[in-house]
Amino acid sequence: MTAVGASTLLEPGSAGALRPTGGGVGHRAIVATRRLLRSSRMVIGLVLLVFFVLVAIVGPHLVGNPNAFVGPSMAGPSARFWLGTTMPGQNIFYQLVDSTSGTLEVGFLAGALATLVSVVIGIGGGFVGGYVDELLALFSNVILIIPGLPLIIVVASYVKSSSLLPTILIIAFTSWAGYARVLRGQTLSIRNRDYVLAARVAGEKTWRIIFVEILPSELAVIVSNFIFMVIFAILTQSTLAFLGIGDLSTLTWGNMLNVANNDEALTSGAWWWFVPPGLCIALVGTALALVNFGLDEILNPRLRVYKAPKVRR
Amino acid sequence: MSGDAALDVRHLTVEFIQRSGPKLRAVDDVSLTLYPGATLALVGESGSGKSTIVRALGRLLKPSGGEVLLGGRPSTLHRSDVREYRRHVQLVFQDPFASLNPAHTVAHHLARPLLLHAQATRRDVAERVEALLRSVNLVPPGDIARKYPHELSGGQRQRVAIARALAPSPQVLLADEPVSMLDVSIRLEILNLLDELKSERDLAMLYVTHDLATARHFSSEIMVMYRGEIVERGPSDEVILSPSHPYTQLLASAAPMPGATRSALAAARRTRQGARAVRDAERREATVETGCKFRRRCPHAMPQCASRPPDVETAPGHSARCWLFDQGAR
Repeated sequence: MTAVGASTLLEPGSAGALRPTGGGVGHRAIVATRRLLRSSRMVIGLVLLVFFVLVAIVGPHLVGNPNAFVGPSMAGPSARFWLGTTMPGQNIFYQLVDSTSGTLEVGFLAGALATLVSVVIGIGGGFVGGYVDELLALFSNVILIIPGLPLIIVVASYVKSSSLLPTILIIAFTSWAGYARVLRGQTLSIRNRDYVLAARVAGEKTWRIIFVEILPSELAVIVSNFIFMVIFAILTQSTLAFLGIGDLSTLTWGNMLNVANNDEALTSGAWWWFVPPGLCIALVGTALALVNFGLDEILNPRLRVYKAPKVRR
Repeated sequence: MSGDAALDVRHLTVEFIQRSGPKLRAVDDVSLTLYPGATLALVGESGSGKSTIVRALGRLLKPSGGEVLLGGRPSTLHRSDVREYRRHVQLVFQDPFASLNPAHTVAHHLARPLLLHAQATRRDVAERVEALLRSVNLVPPGDIARKYPHELSGGQRQRVAIARALAPSPQVLLADEPVSMLDVSIRLEILNLLDELKSERDLAMLYVTHDLATARHFSSEIMVMYRGEIVERGPSDEVILSPSHPYTQLLASAAPMPGATRSALAAARRTRQGARAVRDAERREATVETGCKFRRRCPHAMPQCASRPPDVETAPGHSARCWLFDQGAR
């Protein structure tokens, strides 16, 4: 190919591809997806996560009643009972599938709620400044020094409810403070950067400065906070359930562990009862952590590279 | 002459509240006028209040006193006034590595002010962005527009920052040390670009710097600032070639001499270190005092200096705030 040919080939790419304000959401989505799939951690994490989410949504409709007494007591894995049975003779595989939705629900709802609170209090306080900031910072510091798990145990054993909602609320409202502090610090440092001042000089409105100029720089932190909060919530719920606190009527992996422990599965060597739920908790945690690392590669603006458009032949 | 002034600043004062002690007066009763198609240079050492003036004029700081007239009309701090003001007065920041948001593309930085000030519609914004990039010599504009700031060099970034400032088609451009963070090799390019844009668009420009040579070259008038006050002002050649105020004389002599010998350099270094110690001590005081603020470093200090010096005209259009030139004081 001659040099003349190369320069003319570059023309269409440079002239037509300028999209300053969202022109071409589809194009952007394709670029983002391509970038996503380049990270192998991201791919593995996402595959695992999507698998668990699918199980949570579809699973309960495919398996039988997990609470029905269908088999012999404490039978090991077999062709009929893939993961064996419990002491009263329930199908453990059914229970494992049915627990997925409850466990993920606690994780994602508590994580989302805690993230929301930390974003509002951290970024809001940091940006507004003055007395509002002082008060909010004081409030988060107070929440921060309250020992989390003991408080959760006390509150959770006090609140009697037959749903997971109280557990979700308690986990969310005891875990946001640390991340609120992180976000406040970030916001304080970003608030007076020249590019925020430049946005003000350009005439941007305050809410737009917060959401468009400041928030994207903190997106990596917020998303990673959210994911870690989800892991934390799942682990905390499992801990509480294992201790027999909170709602035990809804099936979760933690509740399965609790029942297994009570029925002496650990001492009698019925590994098929306690290993699968424990493994599932670990796998979901791993999946989320992998997604987190992968997202960091994508969201961190400094790791972002402009790829010249491919020359079509 | 003042009839066609683009920006008229009268008795601007900016004070900062300190955690302890009295208020710090960073800008003390400064008046200046910017004319279309002309550059006014503001020179002074670090901490003299140059950037504070720019920020106050960019409506990023609330001045404690004084008024700003835009095109002859007073401009208040009301929201609608500030919006209108920003359409006409724009700012180029010192550090191009900090003034562009790392999370957004070049196109975003230019499209926002274009849309905000109705200089473009959603339909033609892409063309307007390209036109802006071309006007600051960033080519090919299509490729540059899609890049993120960290993919650009310092000079390219500053061109983007200049393009952003030009987006609302302002009449006044405030450039806060626009080249101090750039490589020496590209400083002149950026300054020439600003100069061309000034002539093309008939901009009234305030060029803040501590580089006397470029101040003289690119501006028609120079104001010398010392600790919040304008101590000398006049046509640029006059101020640089025959400085009146002792502080301006000191500044002019502080410029590096390429031909100096080792011993001369050592002597100059000693003088500089002595001056720095005095300057640090002064900064710690940071009080609003009466009299000439330069008198402790001044080789010509005399008893009158304890009271506020007058602005004395030493040549037509050239004045210095110093007792030395006051006829009655001698």
